[in-house]
Amino acid sequence: MKFIQNIFDASRPAVTSGKFKPLYPLHNALETMMFVPDHNAKSGAHVRDAIDLKRTMITVIFALVPALIFGIYNSGYQHNKALGLLNSAVGWLQFFTWENFLFGALKIIPMIIVTYIAGLGVEIYFAYRNKHAVNEGFLVSGLLIPMTMPIDMPLWMIAISTIFAVLIGKEVFGGTGMNILNPALTARAFAFFAYPSFMSGDKVWINATLGPGEALVDGYSGATALGQFATTGSTTFSAWDAFLGIIPGSIGETSTILILLGGIYLIATGIGSWKIMFSSLLGAITISLIFNAVAPSMISPEQQGFLSIPFYFHLVFGSWAFSTVFMATDPVSAAHTERGKWIYGFFIGFLGIMIRVFNPAYPEGMMLAILFMNVMAPLIDHYVVEGNIKRRLKRLKLSVN
Amino acid sequence: MSKKYTIRKGLNLPLFGDPIKELKASKFVSNYAIRPSEFIGLKPKLAVKVGDEVKAGQTILFDKKNERIKIPSPISGEISAIQRGPKRRLDQIVIRANEKCEYLNFGDKTALKKDEIKNKLLESGAWTLLKMRPYGCLANPDDSPKAIFINGMGSDPFASKPGFSLKGKEELFSRGLEVLKQLSDRTILSIAQDEKSDTLTNANDIEIHRFHGPHPSGNTSVHISRVSPLNKGEVIWTIAAQDVAIIGKLFESGELHLDRTIAAGGAGMKNPQYYLVRGGQSMKTFFSKETKEGNYRYISGSVLSGEDIGKEGYLGFLAKQVSVIPEGENTDFLGWVLPGFNKYSFSKAYFSWLFPNRKYNLTTKLHGEERAFVVTGQYDKVFPFDILPNQLLKSIWAEDIEKMEELGIYEIIPEDFALCEVICTSKQPLQEMVRKGLDILYNEMN
Repeated sequence: MKFIQNIFDASRPAVTSGKFKPLYPLHNALETMMFVPDHNAKSGAHVRDAIDLKRTMITVIFALVPALIFGIYNSGYQHNKALGLLNSAVGWLQFFTWENFLFGALKIIPMIIVTYIAGLGVEIYFAYRNKHAVNEGFLVSGLLIPMTMPIDMPLWMIAISTIFAVLIGKEVFGGTGMNILNPALTARAFAFFAYPSFMSGDKVWINATLGPGEALVDGYSGATALGQFATTGSTTFSAWDAFLGIIPGSIGETSTILILLGGIYLIATGIGSWKIMFSSLLGAITISLIFNAVAPSMISPEQQGFLSIPFYFHLVFGSWAFSTVFMATDPVSAAHTERGKWIYGFFIGFLGIMIRVFNPAYPEGMMLAILFMNVMAPLIDHYVVEGNIKRRLKRLKLSVN
Repeated sequence: MSKKYTIRKGLNLPLFGDPIKELKASKFVSNYAIRPSEFIGLKPKLAVKVGDEVKAGQTILFDKKNERIKIPSPISGEISAIQRGPKRRLDQIVIRANEKCEYLNFGDKTALKKDEIKNKLLESGAWTLLKMRPYGCLANPDDSPKAIFINGMGSDPFASKPGFSLKGKEELFSRGLEVLKQLSDRTILSIAQDEKSDTLTNANDIEIHRFHGPHPSGNTSVHISRVSPLNKGEVIWTIAAQDVAIIGKLFESGELHLDRTIAAGGAGMKNPQYYLVRGGQSMKTFFSKETKEGNYRYISGSVLSGEDIGKEGYLGFLAKQVSVIPEGENTDFLGWVLPGFNKYSFSKAYFSWLFPNRKYNLTTKLHGEERAFVVTGQYDKVFPFDILPNQLLKSIWAEDIEKMEELGIYEIIPEDFALCEVICTSKQPLQEMVRKGLDILYNEMN
């Protein structure tokens, strides 16, 4: 490792005083990635926990990787299935194939690279401008953004959405730790409203580009389960397939089981808030049960159908799981108080499913629900904090009397 | 009246080097020093000059704002140096000790009234053993506190256990209690659930409460929060049980004896155990004899909130323990990515959680760089108060006095944030921030 250290040592003068000064944050970021620095505690406690922001972020990435790899296979699988290239008799066994992986990887890895370059570019610029080190938050955002996109999203759109999210979603508020909205979802929302034809409808979730001599299978629609529910009130996908993840959707959102695995890892490591995840589950179940109860009074049969689906359908189809585990738990944009997290999480689940079912313009409601609750989180916190202050005042009054 | 309290939130750091309960007397020490910075709230004014002969208990410094508050000499000898820092700030007053210590006498042991007790404590400098809440600074003799809290616990890593430190001082301790009882309507002694020492458990005619649980169950702030929470405008005085015996000695013999049984722990100690030392003494010989060779950090106090005094430094005036732990040295190749089976973390982000009973030889390494506040909810796990730590810290950061008060800054002192600081993902200097917040309020109010 000595020679790597030597490279950093040799190049340091150029970025600290030389003409490459603007590159100092990049140099520092790369160096501290290779070597956790030997800084010692100067004031306060003399011993410190081994955890730092880098470890926190890499832990989230560890949790994301299974769903990401699955998404790579699934993109290829959905493509090859649409083209009728799979032997349907073997179905499952044709999922984890080299062809599927290669197809997905060639699509998705460029998306990831573009996101990181665009986002970290902005981050490094602001680190230089405001003279601080590059914060690691974007390590996760940079992976989340492509995972929430449809497979055919053009790279330049991803780049622009990412830059918008980091700039307007984060840096204008003062950078990492200060943002109100979840940066990854800000990017997605930007893409959703700026390029709706690439982000919604039935045609974007499966790559159905035809090569010479290829043709789509008979009866191919490309619709997602939620799209089907919204139009017909039922779906052709099974809940089991959705739980495993072999359905069309955004790249990372489909496999409930692997997201669940990531969620368990985040809870076990203490990095993700179980309170938010659990209360989002409660919120989703609550609204589903309410829907089940009122379904018969709906007029249209589609609505009746959609409202009467069992609650676990809502958990496996669409992005409830992905959003709950990876988006809602972003500590900066979530409620900061522990009590607040219960309310915040509950309403994410509750509103997410509600928008999904009732608003035909947005077949998936989780993105809007989380962004809305991001905005509401400070208000929730305000009341929790007021409660704490009131308890203190009450004690004071008691002691005076 | 005695109640039991269980503290659930907190953390005992799994460190090597717990002191065993054996006492070793230390030899004659020739140099002592008074460091004004140790006395929070003190505006120091010198009462001596270089070359003066002083006796133990004689005033070295007094407080410009309240000249009744005096800092005493721990030993008899000659003032050998007065060292100043930038802007002529008083750094330390060094005293070269005589072979045989002579004590100034502050009168016989006749029963005294409240004001006479106060005067005797102030005159002898024993007053500096008392601290006040809020702020955790020197107690103001003009206040009338709603209670005096005596801390008979130690839950810090390597803390000295008062039950052991007070061995042989049973009578002095109860004499000290009698004195303190005169100063306030309510005197409260907090001890550990499993405390067996008769000195503490049988202290008569006094409120005793037992506390159980991980650190900070032994912090006075925790005891106050459970027994008699501090409200705005109220004052509480606090004192350590070991120091009660010093007061007892003062009223028994008329002399101020600042010798204490302290615990010395940490991976750098040859034999972590108890030592008989005196506040303010030079630790040069002690450290060179009792610690291992190598690059260590020498701390007067605990690893959580003590002061780095260096190998040749002076023991804190009020120190009940010293800790010696290794300095962190090397960079850590890809340390944040690798599984980290041997990295201690309160979170389970490193795979060291697979070995829950392991002890660690923690160094002073920061393990990362300072970052913005990102993670929420982690402090709450080690912070057993009805206070919102993140919100309070942010109000201090914003210097919002009203919010600080509302969010309960009066109920805590920096040491209560020590564990939060240890586990902080963003490596923020929390104790420094809390001290700053308290200073802002102190200056606003006084």
